[in-house]
Amino acid sequence: MSKTEQPRIPVLDALSQHFKENAHMALRNKQLRHNMRTAMDSLITKRLVSMPDENERESLRELGNHVRARALSKLPELLEKLEANLTKRGVQVHWAETTEEANQIIFDIAKRRQAKLFIKGKSMVSEELNMNHFLKKQGIEALESDMGEYIIQLDYERPSHIIMPAIHKNAKQVGHLFENKLQTPYTDDVDTLIQTGRKVLRNKFFEADIGISGVNFAVAETGSLFLVENEGNGRMSTTVPPVHIAITGIEKVVENLRDTVPLVSLLTRSALGQAITTYVNLISGPRKANELDGPEEVHLVLLDNGRTQAFADAQLRQTLNCIRCGACMNHCPVYTRIGGQAYGTVYPGPIGKIISPHLMGLDKTEDLPIASTLCGACGEVCPVKIPIPELLRRLRKEDVRPPEEPLHYVKGQGARFSRKERTMWNIWKSMNTKPNLYRKFSYLATRLRFMTPNILAWSQNHSKAKPASYTLHELAKKHLGDKK
Amino acid sequence: MSARDNILNKLRSSLEDTKPRPDDFNVDLVTKPWSYDSTQGKIKQLRAMMESVRTEVYQTTQAEWVSIFADVLKQKQVNNLLYAPTVKWGTQIENYWAKNTTLPTLKTYDRPVEEWKHELFFEVDASITSTLGGIAATGSLIVWPTTEEPRLMSLVPPIHFAILEASKIANNFYEAQQILNWADNTPTNALLISGPSKTADIEQVLAYGAHGPKELIVIILEDA
Repeated sequence: MSKTEQPRIPVLDALSQHFKENAHMALRNKQLRHNMRTAMDSLITKRLVSMPDENERESLRELGNHVRARALSKLPELLEKLEANLTKRGVQVHWAETTEEANQIIFDIAKRRQAKLFIKGKSMVSEELNMNHFLKKQGIEALESDMGEYIIQLDYERPSHIIMPAIHKNAKQVGHLFENKLQTPYTDDVDTLIQTGRKVLRNKFFEADIGISGVNFAVAETGSLFLVENEGNGRMSTTVPPVHIAITGIEKVVENLRDTVPLVSLLTRSALGQAITTYVNLISGPRKANELDGPEEVHLVLLDNGRTQAFADAQLRQTLNCIRCGACMNHCPVYTRIGGQAYGTVYPGPIGKIISPHLMGLDKTEDLPIASTLCGACGEVCPVKIPIPELLRRLRKEDVRPPEEPLHYVKGQGARFSRKERTMWNIWKSMNTKPNLYRKFSYLATRLRFMTPNILAWSQNHSKAKPASYTLHELAKKHLGDKK
Repeated sequence: MSARDNILNKLRSSLEDTKPRPDDFNVDLVTKPWSYDSTQGKIKQLRAMMESVRTEVYQTTQAEWVSIFADVLKQKQVNNLLYAPTVKWGTQIENYWAKNTTLPTLKTYDRPVEEWKHELFFEVDASITSTLGGIAATGSLIVWPTTEEPRLMSLVPPIHFAILEASKIANNFYEAQQILNWADNTPTNALLISGPSKTADIEQVLAYGAHGPKELIVIILEDA
């Protein structure tokens, strides 16, 4: 193997929405499955160790749910309050209905500042915008500064996990990647790799014109952007460059500063099993006249991108409680086996299955609601008690609802609707609700069992589902008859 | 109509005929399991949390701390130190430095970052800042940067020393917000710092010194 062709996990067709093909490809990748399994097992243990008291954990989840639900129940009012407080403090607030609008707002700021280099903290919303790609087309480099994000950006990949974007790679793979791309001697020593990343990125923080970040919670009461992180890249991105642009979904607002207390505890413990992250950064304005550092300009871009659609229905609205901890992914048997990239969406795993249909439309995500065993693990660990399995069932219903039926709850409803399937189920229903028909059918099914067809999807991995030789009614009759 | 109006109108129409949910915030839940009996109890919890993420902690007094600090600087072979001469701790440092030679050169953050960004990024070895207090439950320092001790002082140098007065350690984050009257006194930038910079992004192997300080050293003053 030449030096330039080192082993690596093939880039899945990210954002292709070919979920099934991607999943098959991922399942065949032993390295990926090993990396994911090891990582998820460890995250599951860490979460439990950090929340040993069941009473405390369950009561706090309840409170977390109430805090989020309360914020959503007054969302428009809180957004206005947030905007007013931020504006008062000198932060410029922008609103975007679509990802295109958000990108344009960011680009306009960049143009005005003649910016050439963006340095980015972690932000899933920027992934929604496909912002790096957009800026590149405009001649602006947007460099990821979170170590995980930086690694996958070097490899032209997309994050596979919302907290640990490069979790699908092992140290050897990162070693080879750095060797190829950064021309450093090969090593799989994690400390050395991190120090290499630190050195490269430190220069970029120094040079960058604009820093980008996400927002964990936007506090309406104080006009503060609440950010959690471990590496310090979030602080660097929001403090060193002369301009800081924060981008967030409109749902991230909380009413009071004290509401962040249970939420941050739930977030860091559910995500990584940490009591708190190394840095909690509250930003409430640009540099004041007498201050010696900090950005001269701070902007907040509030993005809709399908969130108002989820908001419109009281049941689906619960999707917006999400605080992006990733615990549902860590516990999901499907996610653990295929990794995050197979989903072909920005948000993978259980939360992705319920948020992506709102962001992209069910017609582009039709397989996601059925890519679940409905085992319930995601709902059981969600720190803000989003009933994910219930919402998956609801989206399955919307997925097969006739497209022409009024009351469209989700864009692209009826993506999996099939007239043939509906007719089959209607026949099945009649057969099982009309005794005469049922008796005749079951008699024929048992007597003609040798004719049982192969049902492809099922028979691939299972033996043929053949009916018994006699119907249950016949057997019961025989049994009872014998007893007499 | 603007994007703002469209978004707000859609949200409002979805909430028609509904009432906001009541505020049933449960203070006990976020304070009771996270309370420690005395100052010593708080120090013990804070130290345990901070040391578990590789923070060095020294417990000392107002009279003693500078000499201990100077020894640690020597041990770590620090060549220069960024400090704030106008805060109380800065004066103590100056007095001690005046009487002792062979100590690291002192540097001050006395001009806008743009005027000395290169030096700050690539030539400063260590810094020392004060804190507004700490949080025992999570092992965190509360830092609100000021003109005297700007934001990057606790972030850019590879070693960060922080002075924490034992009497200012709160039990938990909720209590800290109450003590500081945080909601009414919101600063431009407020931080909780709970260890040196770290990452577990590669194979979940914990590595320190990702982007911020590689070492965090906390000096707890018990009689302050």
